[in-house]
Amino acid sequence: MNSLIPLLVAAPLAGAALLLLGGRRLDRFGHWLATLLAATSFGFGLALFADLLGRPGDDRTLHETLYSWIPVNGFQADVAFQLDQLSIVFVLLISGVGTLIHLYSVGYMAHDERRRRFFGYLNLFLAAMLLLVLADNYLLLYVGWEGVGLASYLLIGFWQHKPSAATAAKKAFLVNRVGDIGLSIAIMLMFTTFGSFTFGPVFGAAGDAGESRLTAIGLMLLLAACGKSAQVPLQSWLGDAMEGPTPVSALIHAATMVTAGVYLITRSSAIFNLAPDAQLVVVVVGTVTLLYGAIVGCAKDDIKKALAGSTMSQIGYMILAAGLGPIGYAFAIMHLVTHGFFKAGLFLGAGSVMHGMNDEVDMRHFGGLRKYMPITFVTFGLGYLAIIGFPGLSGFFSKDKIIEAAFAKGGTEGWILGTCALIGAAVTAFYMTRVMLMTFFGEKRWQPDAEGHQPHPHESPSTMTLPMIVLAFGSVFAGGLFVYGDSFVNWLEPVTGHAEGDSPLTPLTVTLITTALMVVGVAISYAMYGRSPVPVEAPKGSLLTRAARRDLMQDEINHAVLVRPGTGLVASLVFFDSKAVDGFVNGLAATIGGLSGRLRRMQTGFVRSYALSMFGGTLVLVATTLLMRSV
Amino acid sequence: MNPVNYLYLAALLFTIGASGVLVRRNAIVLFMCVELMLNASNLALVTFSRLHGNLDGQIIAFFTMVVAAAEVVVGLAIIVSIFRTRHSASVDDSNLMKL
Repeated sequence: MNSLIPLLVAAPLAGAALLLLGGRRLDRFGHWLATLLAATSFGFGLALFADLLGRPGDDRTLHETLYSWIPVNGFQADVAFQLDQLSIVFVLLISGVGTLIHLYSVGYMAHDERRRRFFGYLNLFLAAMLLLVLADNYLLLYVGWEGVGLASYLLIGFWQHKPSAATAAKKAFLVNRVGDIGLSIAIMLMFTTFGSFTFGPVFGAAGDAGESRLTAIGLMLLLAACGKSAQVPLQSWLGDAMEGPTPVSALIHAATMVTAGVYLITRSSAIFNLAPDAQLVVVVVGTVTLLYGAIVGCAKDDIKKALAGSTMSQIGYMILAAGLGPIGYAFAIMHLVTHGFFKAGLFLGAGSVMHGMNDEVDMRHFGGLRKYMPITFVTFGLGYLAIIGFPGLSGFFSKDKIIEAAFAKGGTEGWILGTCALIGAAVTAFYMTRVMLMTFFGEKRWQPDAEGHQPHPHESPSTMTLPMIVLAFGSVFAGGLFVYGDSFVNWLEPVTGHAEGDSPLTPLTVTLITTALMVVGVAISYAMYGRSPVPVEAPKGSLLTRAARRDLMQDEINHAVLVRPGTGLVASLVFFDSKAVDGFVNGLAATIGGLSGRLRRMQTGFVRSYALSMFGGTLVLVATTLLMRSV
Repeated sequence: MNPVNYLYLAALLFTIGASGVLVRRNAIVLFMCVELMLNASNLALVTFSRLHGNLDGQIIAFFTMVVAAAEVVVGLAIIVSIFRTRHSASVDDSNLMKL
């Protein structure tokens, strides 16, 4: 069974190689080949899952060493895989949602002439992401980490003829690079501390390392997680990443890649558990981001950017849960999986709407679409109910657990975190209802596109609706399935550990408050967007609205804090270089040149003057010799 | 006669030759002055040979004569060809070797 593990990565990798190197002859069936390989990977994942299910709970970790990658004395890096309860959850999510989105893309990208390349990139992403979650050491994880970064860059900038897409791709790449530096520093720290970066030895020896060292490693890992998962302060790239094709937003920037940070923190639980200071920072980052993303999501009129704000906010919940320690890890992963279902479904729904509306993204130009796109409406609606935490659906269970865990942190901290998480839940209900009402309800506000074509909304082809239906099923039932008999928590417990916190509030109270706040959020949103017509032109809005439309000034802050001092520093360095360094060298050269100019006047061309200097020289030599002899 | 007087004569001849090289322009005269300097040094060598009572200086003088003869052949050939092309034997006219 172990030998199946490398095949999980190999199948999509082979697809990427074939599609990207195979040339035009693959144009006709390349997309189906890519989908098939993604499905193959999912099939292997299911087989391995069945194998793990058949084993006892403490024997569910499989190791497979493929080959020795860098064998140096004292530095051993292997291409080795570790499949355990945590990895298999990710494998199934990545390959499962990945396969569905491949299928969706067959319809969505049907008219794109570079479709083969698109599917090649998608397969490359799947391979890198599976490598990331299957690696048994941090160095190989880093390879996957960079691989998904590359795939993300390529796919955000897939429509590179649009300057905005090209810029967004570069922005995502640069911001991610900052986070990646954190991961590489963390790996180096691990190597100097433990002499290894393989999971087993590192986690085994974590107890012997000093707390300050563990805190440093934890903070560097958090920096990496912030970059990849778009958490404050490295959140600025996610909104712009929506320039990519919508299936990419669904797969990479909602369901899988952006959750890699949560995986990293959960996987490193042995380190974080022993570094409370680092955990506190994790919790703060998560809480700030969940509110930040929610506020941004409220103000955006671009449907994909509103969903991006929501993604940021939901990942904030996961990071918050992961920072809570053993009381939260399992719930972070649970929310991650349910979020993978409903957010991917929501993005695919948004893509379907755009498909029918001439690629319009402004929600102020939608309206009344429920009659024209019934399947999209129903699946999007189920995803919507799931994300706002409607009782009984996926999001209700997973988010509820995180809020409970936040309260269970205990003390003042617990109250602050729990309250913030509750506020976030209310705001989530508000902005998602806003998206729902502006898109599917109300009057038609359709506008002709740039070439003057009036949109004719229609339901999307079945390759697109089928994945949406499957994901809608996941959005509805996954949460209930996971909490039934605590199956999900029990499944993950051997890897992440689990502890019950002592919450000051009973679970029932938390559930009631959450549901009440959700109803309040929906009601406010309905009062604002459901009862009166939505203006086609965005009103000026309050100061907060205007700030939120500009992502709470994230770009301005980055510009003021990083770009301006950076360019200033570079300008002063250039000034120093051109004036001081070059000035010295050029001055020296000019002086020597001037002196030489004078010296060359001695070359008169007159033989007799040369003869005179020869005589003079001889005289000097003779005189010196005589003088020396007499001394 | 005191052999030192030959040394005085050699010094005198050398000085005449050297000043001739420095002040005259005509290539032939210049050339003759160079020969004069060579012969002055030959005279000094022979004198020293006599003073020290061995033959080294005389042998070197023979060498010098041979070299001088060869030099005359080459030098005169150059001067003649310069004169043919430039119609002048003045060394100051051939001053192209400057920047």
